[in-house]
Amino acid sequence: MSDSSTFMELPRITTLPGTSREVTGENPTAASTAADAIVPAPAARSRATTEPAVVRWLLICLALAFLVLFLLVPVAIVFIEAFKKGWQVYKESITDPDALAAIKLTLLTASIAVPLNLVFGIAAAWAIAKFNFLGKSVLITLIDLPFAVSPVISGLIFVLLFGARGLFGHWLDAHDIKIIFAVPGIVLATTFVTFPFVARELISFMQAQGSEEEEAALVLGASGWQTFWRVTLPNIKWPLLYGVILCNARAMGEFGAVSVVSGHVRGETNTIPLHVEILYNDYNFEAAFAVASLLACLAIITLLAKAIVERKTHRLLLEGQTVGEPGTLAPVPVARH
Amino acid sequence: MRIEVNNITKQYGAFRALDNVSLEIPSGELTALLGPSGSGKTTLLRIIAGLESADKGSVLYQDSDVTHRAIRERNVGFVFQHYALFNHMNIYENIAFGLRVRRWKDAEVKKRVVELLKLIQLEGLERRFPSQLSGGQRQRVALARALAPQPQVLLLDEPFGALDAKVRQDLRKWLRHLHDEIGMTSIFVTHDQEEAFEVADRVVVMNKGHIEQVGRPDDVFAQPANAFVMDFLGSVNVFHGRVQNGRVQLGSLEVPYPAYPHDDPRPATAYIRPHEVDVDRQPHGASSLQARVERINRTGSLVKVALLDNERNLPVDVELDHERDKELALTVNDTVYVYPKQIRVFIPENNGSPAVLDEQQGQTVQLTR
Repeated sequence: MSDSSTFMELPRITTLPGTSREVTGENPTAASTAADAIVPAPAARSRATTEPAVVRWLLICLALAFLVLFLLVPVAIVFIEAFKKGWQVYKESITDPDALAAIKLTLLTASIAVPLNLVFGIAAAWAIAKFNFLGKSVLITLIDLPFAVSPVISGLIFVLLFGARGLFGHWLDAHDIKIIFAVPGIVLATTFVTFPFVARELISFMQAQGSEEEEAALVLGASGWQTFWRVTLPNIKWPLLYGVILCNARAMGEFGAVSVVSGHVRGETNTIPLHVEILYNDYNFEAAFAVASLLACLAIITLLAKAIVERKTHRLLLEGQTVGEPGTLAPVPVARH
Repeated sequence: MRIEVNNITKQYGAFRALDNVSLEIPSGELTALLGPSGSGKTTLLRIIAGLESADKGSVLYQDSDVTHRAIRERNVGFVFQHYALFNHMNIYENIAFGLRVRRWKDAEVKKRVVELLKLIQLEGLERRFPSQLSGGQRQRVALARALAPQPQVLLLDEPFGALDAKVRQDLRKWLRHLHDEIGMTSIFVTHDQEEAFEVADRVVVMNKGHIEQVGRPDDVFAQPANAFVMDFLGSVNVFHGRVQNGRVQLGSLEVPYPAYPHDDPRPATAYIRPHEVDVDRQPHGASSLQARVERINRTGSLVKVALLDNERNLPVDVELDHERDKELALTVNDTVYVYPKQIRVFIPENNGSPAVLDEQQGQTVQLTR
């Protein structure tokens, strides 16, 4: 393997945890179609929309070939490379103090960013789905901002705000608070990049559901708080979990934004993706792939959890829709009077 | 509890849902708000409940102004068209919800829920979830849930709208029965005049954000205040013609109309209910319309005959009792003569706009055969 080819390959491999990103989030439509391919839709196809067998097979083969080439092969390579020198080397690579520090920091970051976005997501979705207010469409657009902006720019924003020569840099320096090139910066950047996940998931679900149940609760004498805990939250728990899973996957896998604000201090400000990059740049390929395999595992677990939760959510929405159509229900004895 | 609504106005953007509406609902009565969609009936109900706030006007419960009182303090029972049951709770917990948020003790909650389950005749199903019930059962659960905290007033928004015909019939009777038993002031919204007439003590007919008429079902049916009410309450034949010199001219049919003795001819609209028409095979004395039999439907309690007026090719619907039908022994394509027994004539105030009618103008003309 020549040097140049190593370099060329680098971005692809460092963003390998992000291959899951491609499926899990950045493009929500792509995410749902990919999931549909995994979980077959229960709806029977009508005759009018059926294509000739040739066309069907061609399309299926095309999709499969694409999937194998761009998703399965890279994931397989990660695991093959990780275990190339055996289990012992693998174990050493992931128990190395720097690797452990990176794992810890990643877990810490996710454990702060995800709950923050959970609260923000519920608040935003609640406001958007249940009320009409001035600037609602602006808020909906703003929620998508982190998806629209390159993660590197997201990171730079924080450098410009809190960096040594940034807007608040002087004040922070005077009070001896470190944000950039420290853990707070990483948490901030991660939170920013991942905040649309929960909110987006909930907004569409809550809008589809309407607010009749909440109205019913209020008429029955519940306070706003009681309504939220007893009616709204139990209703949205599956889509909420779905959003949290996606949010978590992205929080742990984020590379661009974190890379800008981290400063790459080994054992201190490196998250797992950053650590993978450093190892790779050091030609320590086995260790790089070993640590990368952790993220690949995370991606696989995320996909599985997502598929399960998605099924639940889908069923929930279907149930919501059948309310009011008594004809669709199982024959239960009606009206005994 | 008596409910009073004073000068309520509600605007949604450019659409005026309610325009200066005032209404009094006597204590203990079952009142129907009846009107086509967009007439403002649901908006009025939601404003009475407190789910919606009026732009102008006030709502009074008994004698206290509740216009600005929070919904949870109004103590109303509300039944939604699509039930709005809590899908993640079983039937027991659904009914208990209003009691739990009021911090009733468990034993009392149980007593009340059991009582209500008995009332809605769903004992034994309390562990089921809403998705496991039929539409009619769900609506009864919704009713029980609304009744559980012993509200002062029961409000129902198209309560049977989403149910199929048979279940709807049963529930209607059941609701009437229930009301007679507990005697709570109740208001329900419906677009079905049959439903309103069958269930309600009092009917409020609404159209385009206004109240057109308030009265007992019999009175509203017998004495519709204006053309809209006449048209809306059940099928009716509409004829367009002219009034002049104390007579209404509807094609070849001429009817005395003393209420308009003037020389100056004016367009008029005449309404004839299908059951207020007689049909004969031969013309006799009085003025009549000649028509051809198009279709006969003998399946109901009345025989429905669809006629086509020979002169102007207009459809005329007639309902005869089976006895008269046997006498006539009509078949399709027979020529018959139509004798209205009662006609209501409305003269539009502005030419060509029959929707705007003066309430005083409706005049019933009694005819003798």
